[in-house]
Amino acid sequence: MFELKRTPFHERTSRLSLPQNWRRWAGYLVAGSYDLVLDREYWAIRDAAALIDITPLMKYVIEGPDAARLLHRMTPRDVLKMAVGQVFYTGWCDDDGKLLDDGTISRLSETKFRLTSAEPSLRWLAMNAVGMDVTITEVTDQVAALSLQGPKSRAILNRVCARPLDKLKFFRLTETRLAGKPVTISRTGYTGDLGYEIWMDAGDALAVWDALIEAGRDYGIVPCGILAMDMARVEAGLFMIDVDYTAANHAWIAGQKSTPFEMSLGWTVALDKPGYFVGRRALEREHKEGSAWKLIGLEVDWQGLEQLYARVGLPPQIPGMAMRGSLPVMHAGKQVGYASTSTWSPVLKKYIALAHVQRPHYEPGTALQMEVTVEHHRLHAPATVVKLPFYEPEWKKK
Amino acid sequence: MSSNQYDAIVIGAGHNGLVAAAYLARAGKKVVVLERREVVGGAAMTEEIFPGYRFTEFSYVVSLLRPEIIRDLELPRHGLKILPLPSTVTPLANGDYLGSWDDHDLTRQEVYRHSPKDAEAYDEYSRVMARAAKAIKPVIGMVPPDPSSLSPRDLLGLLKLGRYAKSLSEKELYRIAKLVTQSSADLLDEWFEFDALKGTKSASGIIGTFLGPRSPGTAYVLLHHYMGEIDGAFRAWGFAKNGTGGVSAAIASSARALGVEIRTNAPVEKVIVKGGVAAGVALQNGDELQAKIVLSAADPKRTFLQFVDDKHLPGEFTDAVRKFRVRGSSGKVNIALNALPNFTCLPGEGPLHRGAISISPSIDYIERAYDEAKYGAFSKNPYIDMIIPSMIDRDMAPPGHHVMSCFVQYAPYDIEGGWDDARREAFGETVISTIEQYAPNIRSCIVGKQVITPKDIERIAGITGGNIFHGELLLHQLFFFRPAPQWADFRTPLPGYYFGAAGAHPGGGVMGAPGKLAAEAILEDRK
Repeated sequence: MFELKRTPFHERTSRLSLPQNWRRWAGYLVAGSYDLVLDREYWAIRDAAALIDITPLMKYVIEGPDAARLLHRMTPRDVLKMAVGQVFYTGWCDDDGKLLDDGTISRLSETKFRLTSAEPSLRWLAMNAVGMDVTITEVTDQVAALSLQGPKSRAILNRVCARPLDKLKFFRLTETRLAGKPVTISRTGYTGDLGYEIWMDAGDALAVWDALIEAGRDYGIVPCGILAMDMARVEAGLFMIDVDYTAANHAWIAGQKSTPFEMSLGWTVALDKPGYFVGRRALEREHKEGSAWKLIGLEVDWQGLEQLYARVGLPPQIPGMAMRGSLPVMHAGKQVGYASTSTWSPVLKKYIALAHVQRPHYEPGTALQMEVTVEHHRLHAPATVVKLPFYEPEWKKK
Repeated sequence: MSSNQYDAIVIGAGHNGLVAAAYLARAGKKVVVLERREVVGGAAMTEEIFPGYRFTEFSYVVSLLRPEIIRDLELPRHGLKILPLPSTVTPLANGDYLGSWDDHDLTRQEVYRHSPKDAEAYDEYSRVMARAAKAIKPVIGMVPPDPSSLSPRDLLGLLKLGRYAKSLSEKELYRIAKLVTQSSADLLDEWFEFDALKGTKSASGIIGTFLGPRSPGTAYVLLHHYMGEIDGAFRAWGFAKNGTGGVSAAIASSARALGVEIRTNAPVEKVIVKGGVAAGVALQNGDELQAKIVLSAADPKRTFLQFVDDKHLPGEFTDAVRKFRVRGSSGKVNIALNALPNFTCLPGEGPLHRGAISISPSIDYIERAYDEAKYGAFSKNPYIDMIIPSMIDRDMAPPGHHVMSCFVQYAPYDIEGGWDDARREAFGETVISTIEQYAPNIRSCIVGKQVITPKDIERIAGITGGNIFHGELLLHQLFFFRPAPQWADFRTPLPGYYFGAAGAHPGGGVMGAPGKLAAEAILEDRK
């Protein structure tokens, strides 16, 4: 009782992690990284295949005649239109349209769904399910999950799965066997690359891990921690709860809350879907009136950055990992926003950030400035608003 | 004669009296504190009842000591250390337990083990309570305005209160309205299903009141406990080094350094009134001290019914003070041990020994304990909040030995037949045998025990009725009702006479706020 939970992969991951830099994730311990530097893990995501333990994701099975209705009501997406085998990414809101959490919905059958979330969601689900014929079961500990990300992920899976995955489309799932064990594989991920997430019974976890490592050897598979994934997800324009936005029910003040529109998740808000969903009225209003804020990509102008450093006789010094500190974003000497995560992008060779910017400064192409600390001095480097994602390889959705 | 001439006299060297004295001295006043006993501290007191074993005799934890007092009076420089009290464990009859640790993930896991539903609700509940506490905190920190007065100060206060109420969201307002009217049982039933979780949470709602968890108004008392939570890393929640006597000692040391004179063995007979204003204090030994400011840090009954003759105060006011409810409802059992109690639910030495251990298996258990007290008996199966100070501060007991502090409720002041040695002994025995059900070796470890009834709190600490808050935390005894309507601003109907202890706003606990606010009222009047 006096230790954090370990995932079913701990027996393997704990032996592989050289720096033993454990990170906390939803009450579990997970490896921050396996190598002493992040490069190999990061490049596995972008060039080979990275195997990431994502078991701590909260998982709920929602089953019953009203399962679709519940998720349709709770999220802004049109769940009634969802096909069996389809996966939706979505946020969900309180009735003021402020984001509570985000995750994926998988339609496993006509009446059975799996929801993943970052925060415990049983209570919210139950409150919205009143009067519905549906059962909600948390399966976080029972279902182990691995993310296999990178251009070689499909080839590796094809080696060990009962059926090839060539036909599995982006954000679809299939049930198959991997090393003889029943698994669900969804073509999803948190890296913006070709990638899959493999869901299995916790008892089969080690067998699946071993099979993937074995099958992936020739393809350069690398166990990957969450630090390298953090860099990749920024490149992919994917945000993180409690880092890039504050859950509405955690916020102390109204200003800390964000709506899906403000998080550039307008594409998930199906205002044309029939009936009420939680937050609908507020979101309709915002859709009409426009958003005061927007989460955008910020690309720091390298030449400008170089000049700032050149003044003290240095080349630019950017840490080789994602930074979660808030950095002021300026326009004409006035603060108009803040960057919530910034990172060096090894694949783009750019210094990029996810930033919250006020209207009207959030249109792509707008010239802004972002704070950088040059030899203990806080300066502002020129930066440009760009469309997200920063990086999207052609094979991601192919 | 001139040596008995002061700017201000403070009656009572409890922590509030000392805080007030220190603030007055800091503003340049010549201040004397008069203490009835031979030691300072009042109910924030550490005493070596058995050689080598130091008991934090009455109050035993520090939760709300105002951070600004710690800074203003430089208490860390005077020895104040507040050590962490990281957990609460509730042992259960079936040999299991419910733990609440200082880590969110571990606590969540633990609650989840008993009820996944409650684990979810627990997160949300904690946030909602913390937010409600944050919303109500500015009110606690202000001097209550008199809603019936048209004086600029009161009007300004009411305006502030009104503006503040307007600044709250509708949701917050409703939540607060609900919290101040509900019983803690009703509140907790809305959130949780697991009995021990509800029982343990509800206990915070009854401490120091003569109410059960099903009595309306107890939800607010529960909220009081979240006040400390919202100061985040700056909060002063824990066990004071050397017990709560350590807090008093630090404040006394700071007060002395600021020039305050502290006289012990100096019980006060009367406040001297000349020409309708306070002019000094007569001691029981016949000495007289003069000052234009007299501040009482005693309980309201003593302050207004004993120290001052009725003829100097309006009848309506003394009537209100007479009706102020100060029913003592709790006792203490302080135990010297030659070994750690071994709890069946978590055998051996473990983290539970470093935190609070709560006997509160369900709301029913506590409500039943209250039922008995209502009719004049101490509870046969009482709520007990235990800590083992020697596990937190090794200076509290000889090496390898321990002291244990057990707060017990209910023990009514007005027990049927009256408190005597036999009933005190029986009360102590009930507490030991209750603990024995969860830690069977407890009896064999005991090398000494001190049983304190509300009558003893009155006798030793000088608190009328033995109520640990100098007056119950009831809604009609809080804010502008505390201690009497129109006189909640630390002033009294007798000019020059002030009141600043737990019986004043914002109430009890080792908080120091009444003492500080009273000193500020004095300094404002003497500008």
